[in-house]
Amino acid sequence: MTAPAPFTTACPNCGAAVRFLWAQAVQTTCAYCRSVLVRRDLDLERVGQQADFPVTGSPIQIGTEGTWRARRFLVVGRIAYAWTRGRWNEWHCRLADGSSAWLSDAQLEYAMTVLVPRPDTLPGVNVVSVGDLFVWNGTSYEVATLTHASYIGTEGELPFTSYDKQASLFIDLRNGDGALATVDTSDTPPSLYVGEYVSFDELALTQLREFAGW
Amino acid sequence: MVGRTLDPQPVVPRAESLSCPNCGASIALQAHGWAVTVACATCGSVLDATDPQLRVLQQVERAMPVAPRIPLGTRGTWKGAPWDVIGFQMVTIVVEEIDYSWREYVCFNPYRGFLYLSEYDGHWNVIEKLKRLPVHESLDGRPAVRFDGRVYKHFQTASARTSMAIGEFPWELRVGDRVVARDFISPPFMLSAEAGDGETTWSQGTYTPHEVIQKAFGLTQSMRRPIGVFANQPNPHAGRPKQLFTRLAQFAMVLVVMLLGNMALASRAELLSQSYTFVHGTDETSAFVTEPFTVSGRPSTVSIDIRAELENDWVLFDLALINAETGQAREASRQVSYFTGRDSDGRWTEGSRTESVRIASVPAGRYFLRVHPEGGEAGTPSAAYSLRVRRDVPSYGFYALAFMALLLPAVGAMLPSLGFEQRRWTESQYGSATGTGTDDEESS
Repeated sequence: MTAPAPFTTACPNCGAAVRFLWAQAVQTTCAYCRSVLVRRDLDLERVGQQADFPVTGSPIQIGTEGTWRARRFLVVGRIAYAWTRGRWNEWHCRLADGSSAWLSDAQLEYAMTVLVPRPDTLPGVNVVSVGDLFVWNGTSYEVATLTHASYIGTEGELPFTSYDKQASLFIDLRNGDGALATVDTSDTPPSLYVGEYVSFDELALTQLREFAGW
Repeated sequence: MVGRTLDPQPVVPRAESLSCPNCGASIALQAHGWAVTVACATCGSVLDATDPQLRVLQQVERAMPVAPRIPLGTRGTWKGAPWDVIGFQMVTIVVEEIDYSWREYVCFNPYRGFLYLSEYDGHWNVIEKLKRLPVHESLDGRPAVRFDGRVYKHFQTASARTSMAIGEFPWELRVGDRVVARDFISPPFMLSAEAGDGETTWSQGTYTPHEVIQKAFGLTQSMRRPIGVFANQPNPHAGRPKQLFTRLAQFAMVLVVMLLGNMALASRAELLSQSYTFVHGTDETSAFVTEPFTVSGRPSTVSIDIRAELENDWVLFDLALINAETGQAREASRQVSYFTGRDSDGRWTEGSRTESVRIASVPAGRYFLRVHPEGGEAGTPSAAYSLRVRRDVPSYGFYALAFMALLLPAVGAMLPSLGFEQRRWTESQYGSATGTGTDDEESS
């Protein structure tokens, strides 16, 4: 499979150039007027306006490149969440083969996950508790945390629309091998992401943000 | 790959100074939005670091502020990356009504997140949060966990309370909050599970000598020397007994080879062989000397073998090997006794009809034996016996002594290592002279 080439079109609101880094993107945000734009075939429809949201001190930005599971990736989008311990981001990454992955930066503990086909058994939102065990695809996971988070903003290209979402319960699972799974219950039915914790050094990130004094 | 196609974000500026809503002192948040709580260094108030107004979460009475040994704002280098110290707390546990407090430092790097240091009585640990869960097991009947192929023994479970805090923390800290801390050790590492607020956090500490911390954080003020033995302090004597035992095994092999050679090469030349009879009750007159015999060759061990045809009888032999030319005597005595009988368990015997005397390093020359048999059972009239003198017999005593001489320093070398382990475990909840705990409160 070859990755479709990046292309450029115009923002239907302000006419500024909207550059797509990832041809399968469904939603993006105009970097100039902050219109939230959803793709309908070749046209862009403005569905809302992204309010300013406070930036976190993540070293990752759109355009950051790195390596995961021996494949290069490019950060093309971002969803910012708020929870009881502040904020975190899920960075939408385009892998070299055109597929998507998510780089989470909560408290700068990095994790990479990918969306996988929904298994037969998923934790029920109302009955799940910490310590519950699940086995998916031969890997066992233990429910570690339940996180209530609200959407506070998006940036760049996403593989789905998010402008219609407000809050979600995330069920995070772990195991003894460093594997990680997250159930996003904002989707109906809920969707499952699996992956693992990765160290800053393993990711070999480039095009990072710079911090004054560092 | 596409290069930088979007305009890069500007350089993230240094933290702006905010004001403590309680006392007005200036507070600069260094953790770029990743801290959850911040404690004012001036008034001690615990503030919500995720709130732009720094809402006061807790007002704290500070009886006696404790100064961190590494001041907040200090930049150090750990594993090649820079780290800023941004938070400091005192954590206190109570064991048998005594308070024990250690100091914890929160370090931050905007790319790598958080790293922690702890210090107790001059003992430092560098601590990282675990992203994988250890596996529970048990070792010698005590709880243990396995992580990265190492087995960590349970050391202590204690309720740890934050007794003082300043600076930034990536969790919801309150002064006075308690967590249940379970420590497992495999020096130089320690795994700690802190359970509180429905969540368990695992971290791994690495024991780090205070000189290393001093250098890593560029501290000019001299650091206190560690007192006592810390839970996961590496045993400095651990390698020595092993080295010594390897040496010992090598020397023991040499000894065995020498002994085998000695046994094979010994000529065991017979110099005298005579039979005699001792009439009981003649102790006063029974002493006599043998015919002289010649000991030749290099100085060697001379063996005098006694065989007495005893039956429920005993005889004491006072022997002397006397040099006929110089008169020099080497004396020895042996009691030969042999008793036999029958009881409910069947036939029994006690003693032996033969005895030997070995005299080491006898030089060449003319010698004779002086023999003085004595004693014996009253009801037995006499005892027939024979004496045999041989030279150049293998000498075993030397080897036994040599082996003991080897073993002693090896055993001696183990003592510091064992002593260190005992001092370590005395501080644990299994603390006792023997190191075997009975107060095994943890069963998970």
